[in-house]
Amino acid sequence: MDLLINKKKYAVNVASDDTLLSVLRNNLDLTGTKYGCGEGSCGACTVLINGVAVRSCITKATSVEGKEVTTIEGLAGNGKLHPVQRAFLDVDVFQCSYCASGMVMSSVSLLKKNPQPTEAEIITAMQGNVCRCGTYPRIVKGIQEAVKIQKS
Amino acid sequence: MEKKLHGAGFAPEQYELTETPSYHFTMNRRDFFSVLGSGIAITFAAVNASYGLPAEGLPENQIGAWLHIGEDGAVTIYSGKAEVGQNIRTSLAQVVAEELDVPMEKISMILGDTALTPYDRGTFGSRSTPYMGPQLRRAAASARELILDLAATEWKTDRSLLSISDGIVMNRETKQAANMGKIVKGKQLVQAVDDKVTLKKIDDWKIAGTSVKKVNGETFVTGRHKYVSDMKLPGMLYGKILRPPAYGATLVSADLSAAKKMAGVVAVQDRDFIGVAAGDLSTANKALQSIKAEWKFEPQPSRKEIFDHLRNKSKNDDRGKTSGDPSAAFSNAAVKAGQTFHVDYIAHVPLEPRAGVAQWEGTKLTVWAGTQRPFGVLEDLAEIFQVPKENIRVIQPDTGSGYGGKHTGEAGVEAARLAKEAGKPVKVVWTREEEFTWAYFRPAGVIDVKAGADKNGTLTSWEFHNYNSGGSGIDTPYEVKNTLIQFHPSDSPLRQGSYRGLAATANNFARESIMDDLAAALKIDPLEFRLKNLSEQRMKDVLEAAAKAFGWGTTKPEKDHGFGIACGEEKGSFVAACAEIAFDRNENDIRVLRAAVAFECGGIINPNHLENQIMGSVVQGLGGALFEWIDFKEGKILNPKFSAYRVPRFGDVPKLEIVMLNRKDLAPAGAGETPIIGIAPAVRNAIANATGKRLYTLPLVPQGLEA
Repeated sequence: MDLLINKKKYAVNVASDDTLLSVLRNNLDLTGTKYGCGEGSCGACTVLINGVAVRSCITKATSVEGKEVTTIEGLAGNGKLHPVQRAFLDVDVFQCSYCASGMVMSSVSLLKKNPQPTEAEIITAMQGNVCRCGTYPRIVKGIQEAVKIQKS
Repeated sequence: MEKKLHGAGFAPEQYELTETPSYHFTMNRRDFFSVLGSGIAITFAAVNASYGLPAEGLPENQIGAWLHIGEDGAVTIYSGKAEVGQNIRTSLAQVVAEELDVPMEKISMILGDTALTPYDRGTFGSRSTPYMGPQLRRAAASARELILDLAATEWKTDRSLLSISDGIVMNRETKQAANMGKIVKGKQLVQAVDDKVTLKKIDDWKIAGTSVKKVNGETFVTGRHKYVSDMKLPGMLYGKILRPPAYGATLVSADLSAAKKMAGVVAVQDRDFIGVAAGDLSTANKALQSIKAEWKFEPQPSRKEIFDHLRNKSKNDDRGKTSGDPSAAFSNAAVKAGQTFHVDYIAHVPLEPRAGVAQWEGTKLTVWAGTQRPFGVLEDLAEIFQVPKENIRVIQPDTGSGYGGKHTGEAGVEAARLAKEAGKPVKVVWTREEEFTWAYFRPAGVIDVKAGADKNGTLTSWEFHNYNSGGSGIDTPYEVKNTLIQFHPSDSPLRQGSYRGLAATANNFARESIMDDLAAALKIDPLEFRLKNLSEQRMKDVLEAAAKAFGWGTTKPEKDHGFGIACGEEKGSFVAACAEIAFDRNENDIRVLRAAVAFECGGIINPNHLENQIMGSVVQGLGGALFEWIDFKEGKILNPKFSAYRVPRFGDVPKLEIVMLNRKDLAPAGAGETPIIGIAPAVRNAIANATGKRLYTLPLVPQGLEA
């Protein structure tokens, strides 16, 4: 089966019950996408499918055939960080950062749909992503900073 | 093996790793400069006190460096501490950059690698900042002095004319200048830390004391950082372990024959340990499922009996502290409060579950583990596999958090056992359910408090008993003449151990709740009541700072809203919190609307990262305060997943105001733990203020405000 990931075609042997997360991490060594819960409840495994945030731990790899998958590794282009990545660094958001990939991907998805979200909209959109270090207010600030970077 | 793997042994913090290290595991001298390159090295003081001694003069096996400066001027720091998100990789580098007068970019930190760093007992107890920080500051200052000596000799000039700025040594008069690398070029000097070296005043700090950004931040937001769970070695297998079906279950028999027949599968039974490894995770899982095991069950207390169980099984050890006559004083008190508190088990829930990778090369073992105690894991491995410590190396890449929950290295031990059998490297990553079930918990506990005050609001008696949850924060910061304070260890049916702040959260909750009850009975403002009974100025300062930021006393809560206040001290730092909650009568539930938290931990090294630590502690503390609990029945954890165990999310965070008091006259203390202890009682007291309901449990409202 061919998978289109970060604009690159990968030929992979995939069993029908393999999750996208497992294929990314174990078959393709794209380990930026994290395992956190295995039931789509923590957001650590978030990737974009055709630009929309999806939990890769509950997504069958076979179901994304022919679709465009973007992982954290594919976000920066031409050596330039995505505005969300840039903003998260500028605000110095994270502690252990294990949630970072999922937070970044969910934020990118949110800003695609809603380029100028209110604080309440950010909180609602990000509710499925857990940061156990608890730096949520910083992440909100980071997303607001990304909005500014995107505008300029 | 089974003891280590199923962790019977982890008791609360009063047993926490206080033994002195039995050995120093250090780099061989010959390897030293060949690995690091020429330059100068500052070693721990125990090695040799003589000044500027060449490396040849030191015993073969006794070089463990804190700091190395190479010919390119690069500064490398070696510390056995573990980075688990508290951002010591940044803060420790900052204090070194400060003392050495070099830019941050010149500094790299080698952390948590037992082959490269001096022995360290582990990263816990808020010790990195108050102990490792000064150690590294002294090492850096010693290096600074040595470089000035070398430059003075080389330039044949008066040393007092020389200074270092931004990594450049300069003669004030002649303007002769060279970067540090040039000064150390061709040298192979080793010097012991000068324990009496003069450190810079915090007031003069230029790099420390500022919000330097997380040093390797970009590797995280791009997904490039390799946590242990991300690692892949050539030929590596994926391991799975057979877990008992419940706490208290012991293995009677097991049939591994089907697993052993599977292609590419390695299956191991070693007494109670049963594990499999295969080239891919899905095959390993199938092999695990094919194992037929028979278990024997012992009756286990369930959550509904746990508090009786802990009290009934408790011991009266000798940790009690008494003064005066608390029972007489209690009888005579004008105002009294006496209550029993219940505190549930909670889980750390580090977002990266336990992970380990192990590789044997002959009798040499290397283990990569997500742990707060790399040297502790090394010792466990040496004991379990009966391998000399010199043959083992434990490496801890920056880890996906710990919060006191990763003092152990189970996954690394399991991987090592499987790797030994397989003759190939093996990785073991725990599932979320395994992490929720077989990692250790923050202890449950029962706390009895009896306290009295005179009619003017002066505390007269204080009796406090903690059963099982621990002795941290058990002392009262209030002035009381008649006290009895005692910790009673008990028998925990679940595996329990350290947690951020340890028992200080539970003890502080009970104490500050009783203080609120007494203030209410006395009809004294709870802030005033606290200030009246405190003599510690640092505590008064945080209380007043939190109160001011919150608007305590200047505003009144709206109808069905409540205000609460609490304070606490632990590990040399002070916190106070004010909270506002709203009571929803229809839902019979509460919501925390805002909180003001003031924190003081001496001189601040990195304001931004300190704010993150306080914010994170408050958010994590809110989980344990409001809704986190482990439910269990007959030895089975009933809520071992994110969808059943609620952790704080974006929507749970109140409007937070954080006040950081910067005491530049005081040495920096740790900040990862203490900020967690103020929020639960502040919220509880706010609930009492809004609803009249005085709660005595943690969590407070797991199912709303029950009737």
